[in-house]
Amino acid sequence: MQTTTPIFKTNHVERETKLHAVAMEVPIVDIQNLNVSARKTQILKNINIIIPKNSITVLLGPSGCGKTTLLKCLNRLTDLYSDLHLTGSIKIDGDDILNTKIDITHIRQKMGLLLQKPYPLPMSIYENIAYGLRLKGIRKRSVISEKVEKHLKEVALWDEVKDRLKSSAQKLSIGQQQRLCLARGLAVEPEIILADEPTSALDPISSRVIEEEFLKLRNDYTIIHVTHILRQARRLADYVVFMYYGEIVEYGPADEIFETPKPDILKEYMKVGH
Amino acid sequence: MVLSRRLVDNLSSKWMLSCLIFCLLLPLAIGTGLVLKSFPLFTNHPLGSLIFSSNWSPSDGQFGFWPFILGSLWVTIIAIIICIPLCLLAAIYLTQFAPGWMLKFMRPVIDILAGIPSVVYGVWGLLVIVPFVGDKLAPYFGVDSLGYSILAGGLVLAVMSIPYILNMLLEVFRQIPVELGEASLSLGATKWETIKHVFLRKGSSGIISAYGLGFSKALGETMAVLMVVGNVVQIPQSVFDAGYTLPALIANNYGEMMSIPSYDSALMFGALLLFVIILLINVIFRYIIYKSELI
Ligand SMILES: Nc1ncnc2c1ncn2[C@@H]1O[C@H](COP(=O)(O)OP(=O)(O)O)[C@@H](O)[C@H]1O
Ligand SMILES: [Mg+2]
Repeated sequence: MQTTTPIFKTNHVERETKLHAVAMEVPIVDIQNLNVSARKTQILKNINIIIPKNSITVLLGPSGCGKTTLLKCLNRLTDLYSDLHLTGSIKIDGDDILNTKIDITHIRQKMGLLLQKPYPLPMSIYENIAYGLRLKGIRKRSVISEKVEKHLKEVALWDEVKDRLKSSAQKLSIGQQQRLCLARGLAVEPEIILADEPTSALDPISSRVIEEEFLKLRNDYTIIHVTHILRQARRLADYVVFMYYGEIVEYGPADEIFETPKPDILKEYMKVGH
Repeated sequence: MVLSRRLVDNLSSKWMLSCLIFCLLLPLAIGTGLVLKSFPLFTNHPLGSLIFSSNWSPSDGQFGFWPFILGSLWVTIIAIIICIPLCLLAAIYLTQFAPGWMLKFMRPVIDILAGIPSVVYGVWGLLVIVPFVGDKLAPYFGVDSLGYSILAGGLVLAVMSIPYILNMLLEVFRQIPVELGEASLSLGATKWETIKHVFLRKGSSGIISAYGLGFSKALGETMAVLMVVGNVVQIPQSVFDAGYTLPALIANNYGEMMSIPSYDSALMFGALLLFVIILLINVIFRYIIYKSELI
């Protein structure tokens, strides 16, 4: 703790300039002075980041540093935990979602969520995807089937499941389930994909499939990807946010950060991570 | 050292196996015992008339169990029908909406309710439910009733079943991972839509089995029902009529009037009927659960 704060201070000006460099891109998420606390402990401290459109931003950092919490703030799943207290602002497409009158369900539909483990809904493969479509008010059967097919193809799952769309999603392998969860999220046509260590429960091959999906999806979506795997971050990231004990210690374009890591803690993390 | 550890391992697994076998054999033994004991009755009464006849006059050798079967089923079904919405909504509220302290507060309350002896529920039924049915509900529906009725039995049984069923339902909902809810919410569902389409479906087999177990337990409940149901051998025409249940029949009469021929085997047959009904109910609920898990 004590060692990180001075680093954070000395790099402050530099960070500001980076912030502006990133801001030149079209921002889709703009987080300002976000603080999250649970009773007495502060989980996130003064978070300021801008996440540009159509890119992969990787949230990197050791376990417990607040990555999941930051992700949950973005679609206000933090509402579920009455002990969490949020201050600051999170602007998505210019709307401050922490202080808004817009229906939270609409805000959440702008974001697809992928969790550490796949949690398929307790219904058929088909229904898993149709669920979100119906929530969006799509009622026409032909439209729904069409979209189900489209999004299953988008995650390269269609050929594997097209003969058993009516069977339970729970029967799929973990890797297939995770791709189904991705397809389900894409079906509501979000702008942002929030992925919280989405490959941590998967075998290397399924992980690779998800990573490849992300690289393809980058052209159309903004992906915020949480990981603690350094190599995965290198493969995917356009931008890197390095977090430590609830603070952002380093932040900027991936190549810069990986070429010349500034904060000691990041250097150490990268050394151990190799 | 290694040897003794292996020995303990071996012994303990043998012990567990024997406990399991004992548990499996017990219902079998009880069932066989009941069949053997009620066997004398079968020799001069066809099974069909024993079950479906409503003529019950032991001194004339007439044993028609239909009024007791109907009485038992009526009372239990009323109790479960009351419990279905009540317990389900309470469990959903406590696990999904209520602040954490409320669930913590309710747990011991539920345990206490579950621990109250059934005689106490019976007395409470006598003092509160029977007059309520006789003086308030029956006149409201324009029916004459003393209060000792199928409905009173059902109400008391419902109250007794609530803690039992609620406890199981709370467990069902607590086992549903939060992330499943998060997944549904992130797709744009409201909390209620998430509960309706995701949680109820995810918990369906647990919910069904909670009610199945509640049904079996309610069907066998003796004391409290006996005290309020009226104990009149008749086919109840409405819920305000008095009735008689199988457990009450056995409890009231066993050890008395044993001079009447075949009477004790008739009571054993009553117990056998109860046993078989509970078995059937379990099979039916198992089947429903099996079906619900296929989806
Ligand atoms: N609802 C909550 N109440 C209290 N503390 C929480 C809550 N959620 C997360 N935390 C705490 O916040 C810290 C960060 O958690 P998390 O965001 O899950 O970290 P990460 O995803 O980086 O591993 C942890 O120390 C965790 O215990
Ligand atoms: Mg996490």
